[in-house]
Amino acid sequence: MSAAIFDSIRSQFGSLAADSTVSHGTLVLPIEPDALMGLAQTLKGTFRFDMLLDVTAIDWPARQPRFDVVWHFYSTTHKVRVRVRTQVGESDPMVASLTPLYGSAAFLERECHEMYGIRFTGNKDLRPILLYEGFVGYPLRKDYPKLGEQPLVNYREGFDIADRTGN
Amino acid sequence: MNTVSPTIPIAPAGGTKSAAFEYLTTKKDELCGWARKFSLFPYPFVTACCAMEFMSVSSSPYDTDRFGAALPRFSPRQSDLLMVVGTVTHKQAPILLKVYEQMCEPKWVMAFGVCATSGGFYQNYAAVAGIDRIIPVDVYVPGCPPRPETVIDGIMQLQDKIARQKHAIITKDF
Amino acid sequence: MDMKIPNPIRPAFDTPQRDDTVIVNIGPSHPATHGTIQIIAELDGEKILRTDVHCGYLHRGFEKECEDHTWHNLIPYVDRLNYCSALINDFAYCDAVEQLMGVEITPRTKYLRTLLAEYSRLADHLTCIAATLMELGAMTAFLYLVMIRDYIYEHIADLTGARVTYSYGRIGGLARDLPDGWLKRLEDILVQYEEFIGRVHGLMDRNRIFIDRTRDVGVLTTADAIDLGFTGPILRSTGVPRDLRKDTPYLAYAELDFEVPVGIKGDNYDRYYVRMREMDESVHMIRQLIDMLPAGPINVDDRRCTLPPKPLVYNEIESLINHFKLIMDGPRVPAGEIYVAHEGANGELGFFLVSDGTGTPYKVHVRSPSFVHMGGASRMLDGYQLADLIPTFGSINMIGGECDR
Repeated sequence: MSAAIFDSIRSQFGSLAADSTVSHGTLVLPIEPDALMGLAQTLKGTFRFDMLLDVTAIDWPARQPRFDVVWHFYSTTHKVRVRVRTQVGESDPMVASLTPLYGSAAFLERECHEMYGIRFTGNKDLRPILLYEGFVGYPLRKDYPKLGEQPLVNYREGFDIADRTGN
Repeated sequence: MNTVSPTIPIAPAGGTKSAAFEYLTTKKDELCGWARKFSLFPYPFVTACCAMEFMSVSSSPYDTDRFGAALPRFSPRQSDLLMVVGTVTHKQAPILLKVYEQMCEPKWVMAFGVCATSGGFYQNYAAVAGIDRIIPVDVYVPGCPPRPETVIDGIMQLQDKIARQKHAIITKDF
Repeated sequence: MDMKIPNPIRPAFDTPQRDDTVIVNIGPSHPATHGTIQIIAELDGEKILRTDVHCGYLHRGFEKECEDHTWHNLIPYVDRLNYCSALINDFAYCDAVEQLMGVEITPRTKYLRTLLAEYSRLADHLTCIAATLMELGAMTAFLYLVMIRDYIYEHIADLTGARVTYSYGRIGGLARDLPDGWLKRLEDILVQYEEFIGRVHGLMDRNRIFIDRTRDVGVLTTADAIDLGFTGPILRSTGVPRDLRKDTPYLAYAELDFEVPVGIKGDNYDRYYVRMREMDESVHMIRQLIDMLPAGPINVDDRRCTLPPKPLVYNEIESLINHFKLIMDGPRVPAGEIYVAHEGANGELGFFLVSDGTGTPYKVHVRSPSFVHMGGASRMLDGYQLADLIPTFGSINMIGGECDR
């Protein structure tokens, strides 16, 4: 039964998501960044994908464009999942925000922004959520060092940031 | 030796003291140590997984009430044992420092769990590698999370430490 | 000390809307916010007008750590996500890696994982209800529930070696098989559980004070819940029987007979009762699984992920090298990505894995239910009294390790 719903989605978005595949039970729709809002509105309205599960990004530093932004949608009526992915470059990592459609997008986009630097236009509140004010950099990018600490509180006598060596 | 022997035993500036004075201060320290060690008011600064073992050690059958350390006081002004239970991250570090500074003397700090002791296995940009980078620690209880018996051992060692300490209650120095 | 202590957050609002309202800060070191949530609330007397929820005080860099360790070495980190029900995290992660590798687990492992997942769910719901009731003042119920939870911890320690965070799942199976007498003790614990839960029901269900404090408090409608991404007991308390164990069955759930309890109003009382009923359903499932448990090996006989038996490692060069490579480089997972979701104690716990073909993950992302629930928490807190924040927050069951990763 999931095959039927996947087929109807693929036929609906034939041109937008030409390379769609079904991977491990999830329909994967690769799209251009501009097509996101229209696709999400149709997924929510016509196909009843009423829950936005997750927003995240993947960093491929050797590739141009650098980032993959990945959304997962779930339908509580059809009980299937859809993964939508798009690619944005490092110089201008902007995608549309899904906050007008899904309430859960607010926190999820904040986290993706602070970890990777992806900007979600339309989300007015992109304050850091897991990190803190004054943290410089985007930790989950591959070029951010794992031990790159930025302490808020001065260490006591005898402790130094530089004394943290490898793992 | 002093030429004047005072009627009230106050330590003279030279540093030499009489035997009676020493005896009284030792007994005073023992009495205060005994009272303080059996009436610890913990402030459970709880963050992470060690909280599960903290809940277990506070309830039967491990019970910290046997040691007098059962009643948590959730205000730093009213507590004397700061138990840092779980990982302290850089975002949480200002909060920890603020709570520590708001506590009044005498105060002791227990680093509960290996994340509070040394950062545990979270050696990255987010976690503080041990709370002794921020506040002085009196007893370290390792374990991920520590078994309740380990926590009780830690409390008992802290009690020994409190019993051995000098307790300054009459003036700032003694 | 005159060193200024910096503020790690920027609040969404810092001026009161009217002259007679006041902004207070709750947390992040607070007994009722379970340690790591800060809520900045604007109050009109005792009524909450608006809230700004700040999480992230327990962000321990799980995803960054993942990129530095092998697929196997991650299992202790995964445990510490939802640390109340650590086995569910283990098995969900191992399931995701196994699906990406194309490894099929043995039947005994399938049933044993289901049994232990339900056992962990029991421990999680016990902790959630115990903490919520204690914060409302019901110390006796807290002590009863923590007593049972302690039996469960000691019992799982007999099996895995640890009480709270176990590192028991392995890619391709489990760490070790059940010791003798483990199932007998399990039966005894379930009988004791039923007696203690009967007492807690007697203390709380028709308790006037409890009902007054939790009925019609923290109400969430179904439409709001789905829009805000709520899953798990919170969504079920609004009346929607959505449960991944029934909707998209995994492990052995398709063969088990169990119900999905739902609430009627979506308030705190419903969330308490849905969790109590879910615990009973878990016990029912565990009893069925004890009878269904087949004999057989625990680990699948696949050299890509399972360590070879020690006699072979000591005597054969191929097994020695296999063992060495599995430990040093990690199991090689084919390049690709996968999203696998299990029904955690809080809702849909999803693992999004990206592999580049080596033994070290390229990216591991956790879709954590608690984090998404924190996004919707404001909807449940606004408009109620300040004292209602306590039971509402407790009934959301925010687990810091899962929320902040």
